[in-house]
Amino acid sequence: MLSKVAERVYWTARYLERIESTARLISIYDKLLFDLPRTVQLSWYNLITINSLQKDFSERYAVQDERNVIKFLIGDESNYSSIVSSLKATRENIRTTRDVIPSDVWYAINELNRYVKDNIQQGINRGKRHEFLSNIICGCQQILGTLYSDMPHDAAWTFLRIGRNLERADMTSRNIDAAMAGIMEAQDIDEAVNTHQIIWLNLLRSLNADHSYRRATRQAIKGYDVVGYLVTNQYFPKSIEYCLNALISACEQLPNSENLTEYLDAIKADIVDDYEPESLGQPLRDDLNELQLHIIDLHKKISETWFPVWD
Amino acid sequence: MQQYWKEYDSSGFYDELMSARGNARLPAKKLVSYLKSLTPEDIAARRMAADATIQAMGVSFTVYTDEGNIDRAWPLDIIPRVIAKKQWDIAEQGLAQRLQALNMFIDDLYHDQKIIKDGIIPEFVLKQSVNYRKECEGVSPAYGVWAHVCGTDLVRAGDGELYVLEDNLRVPSGVSYMLENRSIMKRVFPEVFEQVDIAPIGDYPARLFDTLSALSPRKEKQPIIAVLTPGIFNSAYFEHAFLAQQMGAELVEGSDLVVGDDDCVYMKNIDGLEQVDVIYRRIDDLFLDPEVFHKDSILGVPGLMRAWRAGKVALANAPGAGVADDKVVYAYVPQVIKYYLDQDPIIPNVETFLCYKDSERNYVLNNLDKLVVKPANESGGYGMLVGPHSTKKERETFAALIKANPRNYIAQPTLDLSTAPTLIGKHTPEPRHLDLRPFILQGKDTYVTTGGLTRVAMKKGSLVVNSSQGGGSKDTWIVDTDADKASTAKKISAKKTVKASPSKASNQSQSSQGGA
Repeated sequence: MLSKVAERVYWTARYLERIESTARLISIYDKLLFDLPRTVQLSWYNLITINSLQKDFSERYAVQDERNVIKFLIGDESNYSSIVSSLKATRENIRTTRDVIPSDVWYAINELNRYVKDNIQQGINRGKRHEFLSNIICGCQQILGTLYSDMPHDAAWTFLRIGRNLERADMTSRNIDAAMAGIMEAQDIDEAVNTHQIIWLNLLRSLNADHSYRRATRQAIKGYDVVGYLVTNQYFPKSIEYCLNALISACEQLPNSENLTEYLDAIKADIVDDYEPESLGQPLRDDLNELQLHIIDLHKKISETWFPVWD
Repeated sequence: MQQYWKEYDSSGFYDELMSARGNARLPAKKLVSYLKSLTPEDIAARRMAADATIQAMGVSFTVYTDEGNIDRAWPLDIIPRVIAKKQWDIAEQGLAQRLQALNMFIDDLYHDQKIIKDGIIPEFVLKQSVNYRKECEGVSPAYGVWAHVCGTDLVRAGDGELYVLEDNLRVPSGVSYMLENRSIMKRVFPEVFEQVDIAPIGDYPARLFDTLSALSPRKEKQPIIAVLTPGIFNSAYFEHAFLAQQMGAELVEGSDLVVGDDDCVYMKNIDGLEQVDVIYRRIDDLFLDPEVFHKDSILGVPGLMRAWRAGKVALANAPGAGVADDKVVYAYVPQVIKYYLDQDPIIPNVETFLCYKDSERNYVLNNLDKLVVKPANESGGYGMLVGPHSTKKERETFAALIKANPRNYIAQPTLDLSTAPTLIGKHTPEPRHLDLRPFILQGKDTYVTTGGLTRVAMKKGSLVVNSSQGGGSKDTWIVDTDADKASTAKKISAKKTVKASPSKASNQSQSSQGGA
């Protein structure tokens, strides 16, 4: 398989995952804010912090309010992580890999692109935002479903898996980090306990993990159980452990992957095997930060292995 | 729509669907009566459905003047153009004959040049052809074929006959649009497809694949075939990706390939280099290989010509094939056919005046207001003078151009191109001029598309159909009018032969559905 095609397929999966998780995050955040006691001042700006976009945001906007945050995350073409930018990038990657991607996926991304273009204002205004975002999520799911059902499980498929699981591990760690940050912010208020509950629950929801968490743990929502589930559950497809396992098994199917699987094993040992259930607060945030650095490194190693710059 | 069709008037031009007396032509009868049964609202809805389908399918054709927009939706008019099968069968033979002769001609030019030695074509025509490549002399591609994919433009004149307007032997585009037009039309007018015996066109990608496969220098293994594209900013990028996908070939850009010291061409894969056997290149000759042609070309692959000359890779079309779509050479094609095949051309040329000949040049200069003047080596409809639609100043410019470089210009009478009902602005049919680009494949075997891409000049009275200049398109139906009786017979016999499959036995049991 051509290196360039592999690279584009990998990025297709990453961007697609990014679109979906951004849409989900915004729509859950909306609901979270409704649930919180009025004394708790959780800022929309947290969504910028989660994605490490503070610098880019400050270059474009002075006021850190809801409207600007939403505009930046959904419709801002100068933000390369926004939904419109990621959508555009997904579509360009699919356009240039049509030899390995099912046609229906090309049609679906065209439809989704058109829908977002025609309805972008709905996403920015609050009234129809939920509908707009859930249509985007549906569009992404349709594409994923088509890939699952129609694509041969060859090398191209393996690169899709790698892209998706890498991006997922990244997003899950960022989501946990954001929840932890929110909880640390709301430490000394009267409704602290209740507020923490709400934040943890919404963390699960933002990853579509609330039902499976309850079935798997048979526990009420408790901080360390939630984090433990999202880091070390081997069945939940967005948990860190699941993503790392998927990355390992995908890499093993590709040529010249020994260095990568070794590195992945090391990350897994570090983050998952050595996970301490009672670890919350700043130590947890430090661990997550370390994981994100690992993920950046992983991407570099993947590129060097399969998409090298040829002389 | 009854009324609108009564008012339809092609002002004396031969119309593809309607006779001069306002009746539908035989092969178009069912189509026209169906269209007449639709209300303007129906038509509007079908047009919208077609547009939405085109956008969803991402069918695009980039126009370079439309800066940076690579998503210009492909323009399709939903009224098809219909040709009788009987007539098409003859055209098909004519197209195959023509390409066969042209390939013999190209092969001769790069070897012994017998046709020049025998005085059929003057030597200077060849010497001054900008598409003659010295680098190709002495090379012998498989089967002696240089132009594997040809797009020949046909026009129908006032007498109702088809003529060849030009041959495109370099990197002709349009075939993907022909195929996509058909799949869009099946969605828009499914009812008509049930009633009319329309010949299918879908086997082109498979035929192209076979044609390319047969060129592989490595006979012992399944060949690796790549479509070489200049990239997403090329007007026909959609087509490059489409064909690669339909054929199951690799879609590559120059930077994905490398030529080794062994003169073999390799793809840069995730596990190292893999040899490529056949390249369907959609890059012009001069950008193919910076070692030989334009030094600063980043689209091509350094060493590609070396690999091709060494016979390590097949290029389709072969470099240098464009020498035969010089419009001066075009004028000689009837003689070329006679010379190599000893046959008369089945499809005639349009009358052509060669400006390098004194007498013909004088005629051209004196009749610029009546003629169409074309440069010998442009494509896409650029650099033309359409006499009757020109200003005095434009004619003066062209007179000067012709005098300065007579070899580079030809002229043809302004053709009374046929028309077909086309939906413009409102939802009523208006006559618009059109042409037809069928595609011909030659390698081990020869294949002609069933019909081709019909291109329409969307402006009233205009003769410029080129997609790069805002032209539209139509689905082209080759209709067998003799088939009505035969198809009834076919249906009956089909009933007899189809055996029923066993019915599905396994359904979920009621009790396990949780309903009880």
